[in-house]
Amino acid sequence: MALPKVLSMETEFGISVRGVSDPNPVVASSQLINAYVEHRRVGWDFDDESPGRDARGHLRADSMPPEIESHLVNAVLTNGARYYVDHAHPEYSAPECSNPLEVVLYDKAGEEILVRSMAAAKRSMHPDQEILIHKNNSDGKGNSYGTHENFLVDRAVPFSTLVRHLLPWFVTRQVFAGAGKVGSENGADACDFQISQRADFFEEEVGLETTLKRPIVNTRDEPHADAQKYRRLHVIVGDANMCEVTTFLKVGTTAIVLCMIEDDFLTRSGRAAAPDLSLRNPVRQIHDVSHDPTLQHLVERHDGTKCTALDIQWEFFRLAGKYADEHGLIEACGTEAIGRQVMSLWGQTLETLESDPMKLVGQLDWVTKLSLLDAYRERDNLSWADPKLALIDLQYHDLRPERSLFAKVVRSGKAVRLVDQADVITAVTEPPETTRAYFRGQCLIRWPEAVVAANWDSLILDVGSDPLQRIPMMEPLRGTRAHVGPLFEGCRTPAELIARLTG
Amino acid sequence: MAAQERKAKPTSKRDDDVTESAEVAAPPKQGEKIKEELDDLLDEIDSVLEENAEEFVRNYIQKGGQ
Repeated sequence: MALPKVLSMETEFGISVRGVSDPNPVVASSQLINAYVEHRRVGWDFDDESPGRDARGHLRADSMPPEIESHLVNAVLTNGARYYVDHAHPEYSAPECSNPLEVVLYDKAGEEILVRSMAAAKRSMHPDQEILIHKNNSDGKGNSYGTHENFLVDRAVPFSTLVRHLLPWFVTRQVFAGAGKVGSENGADACDFQISQRADFFEEEVGLETTLKRPIVNTRDEPHADAQKYRRLHVIVGDANMCEVTTFLKVGTTAIVLCMIEDDFLTRSGRAAAPDLSLRNPVRQIHDVSHDPTLQHLVERHDGTKCTALDIQWEFFRLAGKYADEHGLIEACGTEAIGRQVMSLWGQTLETLESDPMKLVGQLDWVTKLSLLDAYRERDNLSWADPKLALIDLQYHDLRPERSLFAKVVRSGKAVRLVDQADVITAVTEPPETTRAYFRGQCLIRWPEAVVAANWDSLILDVGSDPLQRIPMMEPLRGTRAHVGPLFEGCRTPAELIARLTG
Repeated sequence: MAAQERKAKPTSKRDDDVTESAEVAAPPKQGEKIKEELDDLLDEIDSVLEENAEEFVRNYIQKGGQ
């Protein structure tokens, strides 16, 4: 049975410092985050972190588990997010959400937090200095940084089954999920423009690494929840998106596909056998699909026949329509209405990609960016090698409100918005109400001085008497407003909360 | 082969069910018209682009990412 899809996104941002020669990105990231949280910092608790655990059931001696740098700035925010320095980047790990629209909301709240952080940092810097943040995934020189998605998945599904279905899914979903990039990197074939920021950096089908030889399906097995029941599928293959429609589609469609896998719908599809969507040489294909914005590239299927990435997407879409009719989309998307919104947008997007992709300006990032680049090339007669085009690619993702090219697209009215800006501002400080992030966030809002530490699956409270109280939160869908709202209303102090919880 | 299969579009019933998507869908503009509007947008963008493109792009280096 498909599990309700608890969802979240983590974004590593590009950071640079104007007015400082050879700036240290770790110091700059710390400065940025400290500026935002200086009034109050709650530490992150690393006890349950095990990023080296492999979903294939063993720790590989030849792999390099990601490092945890615990001495660096690490904060938990009242909206339930974690905001910290990861490697040499500021990272915003959004709170757990229960539907793709909420994911969009908390992703946009993350952008707002970075905007406020830049402004706060600037107040303590020399007037000629400034921290710049880009929400992208590549510096154009072979260095990449990630935007990761997380999905709660049933532990009972064999990991090999996930891999089999997710490889063709991730190779082809970039036709709408890509953020677009000028040129190629990391030894990939040369091209003028490609659909994805990240595709060039994927060199393996499956694996544990995230910083080198990146795999299309990442095997990190760190559920941050009851490990007997759950997996947290850690998706590292996606791009950082600016368009709300793109984020919504990327997460919503992937959630539907995961529910189909959990219900064995991609092999059985009701009574009939489902078509085998596996591709030959997926690593090569993820590069080739990205490198062809005309969407005509033919991928080779497992049976040797060829078709386009859009054809594979249509097959997933057709199966998803059938799945929606038979099983509904509440598990995948939180509500049927949001599920239908995902399906409708998905179908319209595939159709429009076939007929007139330019119509998707303001909905898909790669189309929006390519349209700007083409308009500049035509007006100023620029070759693809002109640095101005690389600048436009970069500045599309600039988060400074006055410099962001995407913000210009929004202000021109061309960007389709799915969430209300007032709700985004609320989401900067308030947690989602439908996951355990509500409990985490509410504790921080009500008793910031009592929260000693927090992580995804527990919270440590100092109630004034020894010992410190650790509250486990192994169920991501408990601790919601519906569950603990009345509890909070009845408690004036954290000691009362502990008494009620343990009483 | 896939050409026939992929025409499995949402049924009309499904379309009727979806009220939210009406607000979401882009107005049925032609790609060409959008392109003209983009030209207006370029003037706006000109005013905020970093002055020295080559230098800005060259100095943008990001190490140590996942």
